[in-house]
Amino acid sequence: MTDWSGYIGLILQGALVTLELTVMGSVLAVIMAFLAGLGRVSRFMAVRALATTYIEFFRGTSIFVQLFWVYFVLPFAGVTLSPLQAGVLALGLNVGAYGAEVVRGAVKAIGREQREACIALNLTRGQAMRHVILPQALPLMLPTFGNNAIELLKGTAVVSLISLTDMTFQAQVVRSQTGSTLIPFTVILVLYFLMALAISTGMRWLERRVTRGLDGVRT
Amino acid sequence: MAAPIIRIDNIIKRYGHLTVLDGLSMEVLPGEKLALIGPSGSGKTTILRILMTLETISGGHIEVEGDQLYHMPKNGVLVPADDRHLHRMREKIGMVFQHFNLFPHKCVLDNVTLAPMLTKGVAKAVAEKRAMELLDMVGLADKAKNMPAQLSGGQKQRVAIARALALSPKIMLFDEVTSALDPELVEEVLNVMRKLAAETDMTMLLVTHEMGFAHDFADRVLFFDRGKIVEEGKPDEIFRNPRQERTQTFLRKIIAAGHRV
Repeated sequence: MTDWSGYIGLILQGALVTLELTVMGSVLAVIMAFLAGLGRVSRFMAVRALATTYIEFFRGTSIFVQLFWVYFVLPFAGVTLSPLQAGVLALGLNVGAYGAEVVRGAVKAIGREQREACIALNLTRGQAMRHVILPQALPLMLPTFGNNAIELLKGTAVVSLISLTDMTFQAQVVRSQTGSTLIPFTVILVLYFLMALAISTGMRWLERRVTRGLDGVRT
Repeated sequence: MAAPIIRIDNIIKRYGHLTVLDGLSMEVLPGEKLALIGPSGSGKTTILRILMTLETISGGHIEVEGDQLYHMPKNGVLVPADDRHLHRMREKIGMVFQHFNLFPHKCVLDNVTLAPMLTKGVAKAVAEKRAMELLDMVGLADKAKNMPAQLSGGQKQRVAIARALALSPKIMLFDEVTSALDPELVEEVLNVMRKLAAETDMTMLLVTHEMGFAHDFADRVLFFDRGKIVEEGKPDEIFRNPRQERTQTFLRKIIAAGHRV
């Protein structure tokens, strides 16, 4: 009879790494999403081109390859990252590229009438973006951001391939030591699900908060 | 006679192959109340939008208080205006839109105070005091903390007027400000504008289909058709004795549609 408590503890340690990766990756993804998303609607062509290149590149190549590239290829250019740093970087850049399109779409969805009101009130572009456009665009981004965060959470499993001891990595360790697949993989199945549930619950709460007063009505 | 506050010189506006304004020239005197009437697509709204710098122009020049609007002098020649020049010129001009364009995420008071605080650096307390005076003037002081979604169309439009006034423009542009309103809400907005016309010496340009109001409000009426001013004159001349056939036809249609003149 196997004593499972030690093994479960191992998986829980892995869960912490997964959590850490998800949170840090999401922070980077949000930053990249806003940088590139707003870059896409910039009036400077060079900025637009840079943002488009970033988005197309990171959406068009697999997270697996990106991760390997960051972890195994960058050292040749003199940049050596820890597995955690590499994981956060690859996940954040990858999911940020998807998020950028969300930011762009939401900003574009705030119509011409609001922009024209800003011009008539003599706001600068930056003031209009910060005080009028983004506060209205944010509620439109949140549901898709929630999706992206869950995708990122699930994407963290690939970091086990660069020997980062996340939840999936630990489950495999437990599997090879105990010969049981059912228990470790059922445990992480439930844990992934609970984490995803926490994300979607949090996003719904956030959505309610930022849409307060709008009553779903736009003028 | 005072120098014109607005001088529009041979303005051309094209959208692709469609010419909306075809060499339009006009002048507006300081304090003048002008009504622009005419069929849809005649270019009357376009000229307001051009004055608010919401459009680009395909040719011509506009002067506001003697300064070029779309151009600026540089080394002795006129070049297209940069952002800084546009911001300086926009200080003189305010606009009220057909669909109000209030900021739905801000309460009524914040809608009115936002621009003075951001563009003129007015302190919050000062901006709010002024905003309350303006909201009182449009009869909505008690709605200051409401969100736009909680207001009727007429109330929204009155807030939009207060918001534009908060920047103390010298020229106010009203673009079909009652067209999106239910009929019973039109009068409350027109009353505010009557008050404004009586109490201030602001220059006002009004695009409207309310012929009765245009008659009472305006010092001068311009009839637009196909991107040109076909006829202009005192309200009585235009509405009682239009000389041009196109003006007559237009007014007949409007009256047939049930509008009071």
